[in-house]
Formats: sequence, C-alpha cells, structure tokens
Amino acid sequence: MKDEITRELYNEEEDTQKDKYLTFSLGSETYGIEIRYVTEIVGIQPITVVPELPDYIKGIINLRGKIIPVLDVRSRFKKSSVDYNDRTCIVVIDIKDISIGIIVDTVEEVLSIPEDEIVPPPDMNKAGRKYIKGIGKTGSQVTLLLDCEKLLDEDEVETIYKIDTNEEVII
Amino acid sequence: MTNMFINEPMLEMYIFETTQQLEQLEQAVIASEKTAAYSEDAINEIFRYMHTIKGSSAMMLFNNIGTLAHSIEDIFYYLREKNPERMDYSTLSDLVLEGVDFIKQEISKIKNGESADGDAELIEEKLHRFLSLLEKDRPHEDVPEIKITQENQKYYVATDRKNDRRGKNKFKATILFQDDCEMENIRCYTIIHNLMDMVDEVYFLPEDIIENNETSVWIRENGFEIYLITVHDYDTIHQFFMQTIFLKSLELVQLENEDAFQQLYNAKNQALQSQNDNISTIEQSLQSKQNMKETAVTGQSVISVKVDKMDKLMDLVGELVISEAMVTQNPEINNILVENFHKSARQLHKITNEVQDMVMAIRMVPLSTTFIKTQRILRDMCKKLGKEVNLEIIGEETEVDKNIIENISDPLMHLIRNAIDHGIETSEERRRKGKDVVGRVILEAKNSGSDVLVIIKDDGKGLKKDKLIAKARKNGLLNKPESEMTDQEIYNLILIPGFSTKESVTEFSGRGVGMDVVAKNLGAIGGSVEVDSIEDQYTQITLRIPLTLAIIDGMNIKVGDSRYTIPIIAIKESFRPKVTDILTDPDGNEMIMVRGECYPILRLHKYFKVSARSNEFSDGILIMVEHGSNTLCLFADELIGQQQVVVKALPNYIKSKRKLNGLGGCTLLGDGSISLILDIGGLAFT
Repeated sequence: MKDEITRELYNEEEDTQKDKYLTFSLGSETYGIEIRYVTEIVGIQPITVVPELPDYIKGIINLRGKIIPVLDVRSRFKKSSVDYNDRTCIVVIDIKDISIGIIVDTVEEVLSIPEDEIVPPPDMNKAGRKYIKGIGKTGSQVTLLLDCEKLLDEDEVETIYKIDTNEEVII
Repeated sequence: MTNMFINEPMLEMYIFETTQQLEQLEQAVIASEKTAAYSEDAINEIFRYMHTIKGSSAMMLFNNIGTLAHSIEDIFYYLREKNPERMDYSTLSDLVLEGVDFIKQEISKIKNGESADGDAELIEEKLHRFLSLLEKDRPHEDVPEIKITQENQKYYVATDRKNDRRGKNKFKATILFQDDCEMENIRCYTIIHNLMDMVDEVYFLPEDIIENNETSVWIRENGFEIYLITVHDYDTIHQFFMQTIFLKSLELVQLENEDAFQQLYNAKNQALQSQNDNISTIEQSLQSKQNMKETAVTGQSVISVKVDKMDKLMDLVGELVISEAMVTQNPEINNILVENFHKSARQLHKITNEVQDMVMAIRMVPLSTTFIKTQRILRDMCKKLGKEVNLEIIGEETEVDKNIIENISDPLMHLIRNAIDHGIETSEERRRKGKDVVGRVILEAKNSGSDVLVIIKDDGKGLKKDKLIAKARKNGLLNKPESEMTDQEIYNLILIPGFSTKESVTEFSGRGVGMDVVAKNLGAIGGSVEVDSIEDQYTQITLRIPLTLAIIDGMNIKVGDSRYTIPIIAIKESFRPKVTDILTDPDGNEMIMVRGECYPILRLHKYFKVSARSNEFSDGILIMVEHGSNTLCLFADELIGQQQVVVKALPNYIKSKRKLNGLGGCTLLGDGSISLILDIGGLAFT
C-alpha cells in the first residue's frame, strides 16, 4: 500500500517535469529548454569579465557564493547583441554537473509540449541544426527546443580556441 | 541492505575515530621509542587507545581487528601492572606498529566498501609469544590484580596514614565568612581543596558542603569547622587560612588529644561503609570522567565536520555579508539621519566580519598532522636500511586548505622516502666523506608569495648531473642538446615519467614511478615541483602549492570598473610614478627606473582588455610585485584596500576553455562583487 503511494508520488514527480519546457525569447523567436535542466532564474546582475575567453562567455557571476560562468545565447547564436535591460534574465542550468547561467532577452513561461507535437528540425546545413533538438508546436506558435548539452559543446569550443590561438600566432 | 544503510553514519564515525586513534597511537609509540623507554603515561595511553579500538571494533563486528587490538592491549596491560624492568622495546614497537598497520589496512578496506577479511593470526601469535616471553622473565609474579587507585583520597581519609599521627600538629579551625559573600559552601570546598596538599588528614563540618546548598546557611551562622592533622606548624596553617577571600574571622586552635579526630574518623568510616556501593559507582564515573578528560587533552577538543557542510556554511556567510551590505548601503538609508541605526549597522558589520573570518579559518588545517606522519616512515626506513637520520620539521604550523593537505600527503611521503633511500648515504660512507654520521632531512613549510612552499632537503649525496644526462639519453628522454641544458633543466629530468637513476629496485623506491607521480599529483592541484642540488652536499625538492582555496591577504585594486586582488606577499611597494622616470624601448615596452633599477611595466587594463579610467601614468598607481626572481610593476587606477580573501577557483567550464595566464582564481568582495586574483607568476612570464 505504502509502496504504491510512493510510486505514485514518484511518478507524479517525474510527470511534472516531463514534456515541460521553459520558454524564453531572443528577438522574435521563442526557444524552449527542458525544465529539468533549469535550477533557477535570476535577474541580470553585474558580470565580472574574465579576459581571454570566447566572446559568448560574458564572464562570471556570484550566485549566492557560488561562482558560475554566464553565456550569452545571443552571441552564442551569432545574433546581434542588445543592451541588457531589466527584463534580461539569467537562466541557471545544470548540465552534467556544470552550473552555467545563460543570458536571455526575456523569460516567458513554462509550456507543456507533448512529444507528438514535436517535429525534428529540417535537414539544413549542419551548422543550423546544431543547437536545436526539435521544433515544438504550441497552438499557432512555434518553439525551438534547445539541446542544452550542445550549447556547451566542447568540439566547437575547441575550434574557436584553435582559431583564436592561430590569430595570436599571426599577430 | 537495509542494515548497511542504518550502519552507515556509525561506520563513518568508527572509521574516523579509529584512524585518528591509530595515528595518535603511532605517535606515542614512535615518541617512546626515541627515548628508548615507555613511560607510564605512554603505556597508559596506548593501552587506552587499544582498548577503545577493541571495543568499537567488536561493536561494529570487525572481529579480526578486535582480537588483534585485544592482544596488544594485553601486552600493555601487563606492562602497566607489572612494569617489568627488562624489556625489548624495539621488538615491542615493531610488533605494535605491525598491528597498527594491519588495522589501518583493514580500515581502508572497510572504507572502500569491502569486508575486513584480513587474517591477523600471524601478528597475534607473535604478540602472544612476546607476552609469554615477558611473563617467563618474571615467573613469580602473581596474577595481575586491579588496585583500587587513589580515588579513595577523594574522601579525604587517607586510611593508611591513620596510625601515624604522633608527632604531628593537630588543629581546629573555625572560619566565618563576611555576611554578603554568598555561596559559602563552595568557598569552603575551595579551602578544603587547597588544603589537601598541606595536610595528612582533614575533617570538616558540615560535611555535605558540595551536595547540599543549604549548608551555606549553616556556615553563615555557625562558621565552618575544620579539623586537620599536618606536619606544618601553626604559623603556616594560620597564614594559609588568612588568604581566604571574604574571610571575616578565623579561629585556629592547636589540639592536644585525638578524641575529636577519633570520633570524626569513626563516624566517617561508618558512613563510608554504608556508602560502599555508592562509592564504587562514583569511582566508576570518576574514572570515566578522568578518561574523558585525558582524551580531551591528548586528542584536542575537536569535532569533525563534513567538508561540504563547511563549503555550504562559507557560501551562506558570503550571502550574509552581501545582504548586510545591501541593507546598510541602501541608498534610501543614507537619507535617514538616525544615529542609532548607524550604530547598530556598524555593530552588525563587525559581527558579520568576525563570522566570516572565523568560517574561513575553520577550513584551514595546519600541515603538522601530515608532517608528523612522516616520522613513522623515517623510523621504518632507518631501521630497515640501517641508516641514522634526523628529521627536522620547521614551520609545521603553516596552514593550508583541507583539500590540499589530502593531495600533498602522498607526494610528501614519497619524497621523504626518496631522501632517505637515495639521498642519505650509509654511515660509513658519510664518515668517509667527513660528514656528520647522522644524516639530516629537513622538512619545512612556509608561505611565499602566493604559494605555500614545502621543502624537503637532505644533506646526502646530491644529484649527479652527468649521471642524470646519461640516463636520460639512454632512455631517450632528452629533447635538447646537452650543452644547452641549464642545471635546472637537468635536475628536472627526474620528474619525467620513466626516469629512475637507482639501478636496483628496493622495497621503498626505485621503480621509476615516483618523482613523476609527485609532479603529476602537484600538477593536479595546480602546484609545481622544483629540484635543486649540489653534488655531495644536498638535494632540495620544493613543492610549490598554489593558494587555491587558501585564505590570503590581498590588496584590492581597481582598473576601470573591474577589480582585481593581488596577494599582498607579492607586493613590494606601490607608488605614484614620476613621468620622467618612465622609459620606452623601441618595441614600445615601457619600463621604469626606481632607485637605479629598471623594471618592466605591465598595464593591467591592456592586459585584461578593460577600459581604464585613464591611460596616464600620473593618474594611476604603480604596484611593484615580485615572483621568484621576477619583478615587475603593474599599472592600475587605484588601490582600494587590503582584505583577507578566500580564494575560489574559477569555474571548471571557464578553465576548460582557456588556459588563463595571470589569474589565480577569484574571490568575493564584501559587497558581493567578484574580484579576480592575479597570479603574479603567470603575469611575469608573459
């Protein structure tokens, strides 16, 4: 009896996170990330610049004594940057034991997108589908579902790193 | 499965406590061995540790450990009771240490989740044989009996002295305290307590001064009567009583006959008889109390806390400091002109600061525990190799972060082993060379710049450069023409994996995995190893441990909007430069003449690519910093102030992106903002 209840509770907890996406906007597009990655959302706060980093990593912030790096999704996606305002948010996500903050224009809502409403991204060139895991349909709107792990993907980092060092060598 | 789960906290405690006790036990054995005799204290101590280990092991059902501890305990029990004169202390130490090693091994098995299945029979047999040998030496001794210890004296009747009263002075003292002194019974107890040293026997009325607070009323009215027998004369006793605080009057009479005493003694005896049961229980509690006290003295009053709890606490305190700043520096508040508010705010600030300091200090552990462990290795090796080596420990109070201690402990042991095995020559060889026969190994720790240095130096044969090169060439480890190699580079060859100069493999070293592991271990915590040597004079190995997570005194500086922290030990001076002292070479490198010396200038705003308040030297400040032999001047906007800071590592994600030259970590400033800590070594090399 007891076991059953526990299991139910457990399932329920699983369910609360399943198919839920936190959506945020970057310019005109809406993006979604799986809610299980998200630990919290904080307003924009002073960022300490760390030199010699790829420019999409804006620096580090102090999150209640924990130092976490912040990444600007706009520059990560090579979009034009905008000034931060009071709607700018840092979404703190936990991926593979790495805590990282991502800077987004505005956080919108938590949406439930069932699996059958998600279609794989069209087969464009490789670069385009890199960060997108799928496209979710919610009513008339379309949400681009982000692959968080790709966001931090080391491969790309590696190449950027190399390019930068090459530049340095040339200089 | 469930059982395991329940046992876990207890198991953890067991492992922790036993490990600690083993360490202390080891210390006691080694210390005793040095003096070539086991003092009574040491025997008691070892006995007690073994007893505790036996008990707790039996409770945790680790029977092999329990029985082994029991065997060792038996020996020390024998020693304690019989105090045999002839003793083979060296064998005893060997045996005990062997036992300790066995238990340690089992504990590490338990720690790794394996079952403690080691077989202690061999050691136990040795122990038994040793004990029977001891007993054979003194065949006429009777079976050990537990003497009732001196607890009886607590009843102030030294029974064995009662027949020996003649020729001594007997006094009766009546003490009255001042009217308002309160707690008369306690004061009386103090008197009696102090009196114990001077007298042979003492009785007092009322008797139950400690247990019964009502007696203070009685004393206030009737005075406190003391009957005593002593060798001291009237004057001494009188003087003693006159020292009593709040004394109102003293009546001291010398008694001629013993009637009063006999009476009191008999009454007391009866009481004693009837209370016999109580006494034994009290004795027990006394004994356990005493035990507790003693362990408290030897084991320090320490509690163990999980490191992650400490981390959390530190983060929370950081939060507290930030919130405090947010409240007190709120712009709205500046408009309130209430003196009281500012007063309380200052008080709050003071307290939060203290809390912060404290929390930071808690994480720091002196190196002494690690250093002391090396003595065991020294002992074992000297014995095996037949060398005489003196270990000198300097600066063991230097504190480093707990995490770092764990990381350097193994390398340190290795280096000590190396020093004794490879470094120090045999006694004959030393004599031939005209050196002191007893070798010396110095283990030193000190703060230097932004690092903690741990130096291991032996006065042995040193490193032979040509031998190193030959060996490296043979193993194909040379990547540079020999003639171009500096001494430093040659010595550093021993840090390369697969390099071992010792031809034969000994029990302790020579397998070629040694120095490279040391170097790797230190690299893992961001430290480095330096080797220095002069042939036939010394070999010195310096471990440079980074300040990561350590607390440092830092100077906060400002460049534009960014703030940086420089470890204060690296700073030589700071000054406003005169523009006329500044030179520029054709490559555009700036430098400055200070007192006839020329130093390069590094503009921090350029280096970190931030915008400074001003590019003019006259608007900013130069901070002269040094790292090793490198000195340079950093140009910043201004100094903010000195502060103790906790060094936090930069997030791994950031570190994985880039090798950050010139950054040693970051720290949180009082207002919650982040300041980057400059690594002067890194800056100096760019």
